[in-house]
Amino acid sequence: MSALLIRDLRLALRAGGGFGLGLAFFLILAVLVPLGVGPEPDTLSRIAPGILWVGALLACLLSLDRIFALDFEDGSLDLLATAPLPLEAVVSIKALAHWITTGLPLVLLSPVLGLLLFLPAEAYLWLILSLMLGTPALSVIGAFGAALTVGLKRGGLLLSLLVLPLYIPTLIFGAEVVSRGAQGLSVATPLALLAGITAGAVALLPFASALVLRINLR
Amino acid sequence: MMLRIHDLSCARGGLPVLEGVSFTLEPGMAMILRGPNGCGKTTLLRTIAGLQPARAGVIEAPADSIAYSAHADGIKATLSVTENLAFWAAVHGQTGTGDAVAQMNLASLASRQAQNLSAGQKRRLGLARLLVTGRPIWVLDEPTVSLDTDSVVLFAQLVTLHLERGGMALIATHIDLGLPEAQVFDLRPHKARLPEPGAGGFDEAFL
Amino acid sequence: MASFWEYANPLKFMRTTDWLLPVVAMAALVVTAIGLIWGFFLTPDDFRQGATVKIVFLHVPAAMMAINAWAMMLVASLFWLIRRHHVSALAAKAAAPVGLVMTLIGLITGAVWGQPMWGTWWAWDPRLTSFLILFLFYLGYIALWAAIEDPDTGADLTAVLCLVGTVFAVLSRYAALFWNQGLHQGASLSVAPGTRMDWAYKAPLYVSMTGFGLIFVALVLAGTRTEIRARRMKALVARERMA
Repeated sequence: MSALLIRDLRLALRAGGGFGLGLAFFLILAVLVPLGVGPEPDTLSRIAPGILWVGALLACLLSLDRIFALDFEDGSLDLLATAPLPLEAVVSIKALAHWITTGLPLVLLSPVLGLLLFLPAEAYLWLILSLMLGTPALSVIGAFGAALTVGLKRGGLLLSLLVLPLYIPTLIFGAEVVSRGAQGLSVATPLALLAGITAGAVALLPFASALVLRINLR
Repeated sequence: MMLRIHDLSCARGGLPVLEGVSFTLEPGMAMILRGPNGCGKTTLLRTIAGLQPARAGVIEAPADSIAYSAHADGIKATLSVTENLAFWAAVHGQTGTGDAVAQMNLASLASRQAQNLSAGQKRRLGLARLLVTGRPIWVLDEPTVSLDTDSVVLFAQLVTLHLERGGMALIATHIDLGLPEAQVFDLRPHKARLPEPGAGGFDEAFL
Repeated sequence: MASFWEYANPLKFMRTTDWLLPVVAMAALVVTAIGLIWGFFLTPDDFRQGATVKIVFLHVPAAMMAINAWAMMLVASLFWLIRRHHVSALAAKAAAPVGLVMTLIGLITGAVWGQPMWGTWWAWDPRLTSFLILFLFYLGYIALWAAIEDPDTGADLTAVLCLVGTVFAVLSRYAALFWNQGLHQGASLSVAPGTRMDWAYKAPLYVSMTGFGLIFVALVLAGTRTEIRARRMKALVARERMA
């Protein structure tokens, strides 16, 4: 199983693997928003939690179709499906690789972008914590969407249409943690709900994704 | 250790294509599937490999004994020959790729990225992948596509060696592989007959 | 009595709906007409909301059917995944556009009603937000059906999407509640004591709701018949190609 994780990480990091694209997108978004809404620190600091969460979500979306599409095209997916690894494990590991190459760097970059958007000092801890808890769910849900659309010629747009509504609960609770943190309110409830969604998605969705992959390989 | 197919029927896109396919492969045996394009060779091989469900019939083979290889080899362009093979070996719980590299004449290319290989060299890498799986039953779909004559001979030697070691091979191909010991299985008589329109089957409207 | 599953046979389904569809369609027309005419012209104006309140006879039935259509798709998807009856998969496919339109009617009539009442066409109220999200789920489901060529693969994938989507739609509903407590009044028909609605309104509303339910059934039956025929045609073309 670690072989698959190492291979996916290696592929993502080598030339043409697309590592960093999501990060660059996240950065550009954080630059464009102030250009669009104006430089007033008050406005920006009020909308910063939402912008950072929406940005992370869209940056995550950008690389989703690579989770399975490349392996589908070159036949690796057929071979993985006939290998001794259960397909559920394959799905989970690929989602993990996606998180390590997309979600984790976003978490690490987010405080810098928080600076650009005048995120209140009290909120930084909650920003990092909420993204840390929430981005794994984004990768796992995204892997489900990628598995649904893997056989389709131009699945990219459809993938966004299918996955974004599924991201809504994660987005609401994640952004709520940060904005409550910024106002100095208690974040316990949204944080617990966010963790619950992530735990549920990580535990259950790989079964649906593997089922859907098997259907697409028929 | 053997592969027994009994009265197998398989479908493509919801429509039956083959029915009543029965044969048995024993250690050291090779079977070549023949039939015109679109007769269901690929469908049959994918069904036997477990990638799609059979409509009816029995496929008996020990668990995790089938190595499948098709038109696409699962070769990653940005990984080197050794990295590609080492990955597939690890996924199948095997170690050591040296044997496979040597047998497919890939030693001089071992550290080269797969994107810098010629089509034939890539194909050889794909076949080397079969060796590192360590599985006895090879199910091969057009394995000689884009191989030159020398490589076809090399491939035939590889299959012969595999058979001598007690392996089995089921191969769909159009060309003569130079495997005199292989049996030939003609799929044409097994073309599925569709039920007559208007017959009373349950889902008849969809067949 | 014959087993319920017999109607999952496409031929039997077609034969039954040959006579059933016109009956349901007529009933839908009559009942909806009675409900709406009664509601619009034969009820008194509300002392606070005036005549605006009468949009409730469109708004509430449409909103109800928007949710019920999804529930029906969920049940049909389960039937397909468990029993592999093609008719249920095709019925789910046929229900989606109807549900989508019901959601849209709910949203539009809501906006028209909300404007004079709250002074705004749109508010990010949890109930409104939930309906907008439901709308997005319908769009995704329909788009997935449209994108897949092989009908059985399409049925399988959309069925799984429907199951997973249901879980996330319910989560979104609660997330939206948590996110913003809104302007919207509670459910218009509640059995709790202190019910606000008078029987003068309730009776035509119930008739309207029955009418919308019948419209939904009629449209889904008609849609399913179309899908069965389309599927049959595809199969015949494929046969022709094989022969």
